[in-house]
Amino acid sequence: MKSLAELKAIKEKMQNQMNMRSDADHTRVVVGMATCGIAAGARPVLNTLSDEIQKRGLTDKIAVTQTGCIGLCQFEPIVEVYEPGKEKVTYIKMDAEKALEVIERHLVGGHVVEKYSMGASGLK
Amino acid sequence: MMTEISLNVLDVAENSTRAGASLVEITLAADTKADTLTLIIKDNGCGMTPEQVAHVEDPFYTTRTTRKVGLGVPFLKQAAESTGGSFKITSEPGVGTTDTAVFGLSHIDRMPVGDISTTIQNLIVFHPDTDFVYTYRYDDREFVLDTREFREVLGGVPLDTPDVAQYIKEYLTENKQETDSGKLV
Repeated sequence: MKSLAELKAIKEKMQNQMNMRSDADHTRVVVGMATCGIAAGARPVLNTLSDEIQKRGLTDKIAVTQTGCIGLCQFEPIVEVYEPGKEKVTYIKMDAEKALEVIERHLVGGHVVEKYSMGASGLK
Repeated sequence: MMTEISLNVLDVAENSTRAGASLVEITLAADTKADTLTLIIKDNGCGMTPEQVAHVEDPFYTTRTTRKVGLGVPFLKQAAESTGGSFKITSEPGVGTTDTAVFGLSHIDRMPVGDISTTIQNLIVFHPDTDFVYTYRYDDREFVLDTREFREVLGGVPLDTPDVAQYIKEYLTENKQETDSGKLV
């Protein structure tokens, strides 16, 4: 069985490098994880986003969180991107591959991936 | 459509955190002699009135206002009952809610457990302020993950710190493997 000793080592390592997180200048990436989202395949989207952002060392700038149903069940999996000082971008019918593209082109590159956004599907 | 029991857990346990629970206890227990797979989700959230409990298994009932259906609990109930099992929900306002789903372990219609370790890790990491006690049992072997114990070791380091999240995933995956030797799918 895996022991808690390893956890202790992580704690000691982390305490030395706990950086100040300020939420105000954070980009928030929110994934809908209610019944509708999960059934449509939101879990791989959530895990891809959080793993990739961790892998790229972006956790200081970008926070991945989850939310419930926002009432647009037919467009799930939905990912919303809130960047400070910018308008919210809503991506619809997402999957793991599209999520990687959004990280690469939007979160890192700074350009909204219009073809996956709700605006592109003629909805507001 | 939920294709794994673990996805049902991810969904229904969300109800507990939404109910303001500070502690959510999840047990998944396989008993090969009785041929059952029992899932229990117990919380100390706000609970439900008898009237709400009476409606909770109805897919066309929800307390939400954004839509008119509430499918989480009905999905789980149907998944359990279609394997010759049972589903029960008990609740009391101010005390909490307990869902119990029993599946026929070897029943042909039992959906796979799926990636339960990722489900539990997701629940813990995305609700860093809620405590979880997860018990995984396979006949007479079991392991427990109690986030209160983890917090004690971690001091002030949050459970959603990337290194801690990774450790939680490994803890769940390795201990599950040791408990059921990969037999439960």
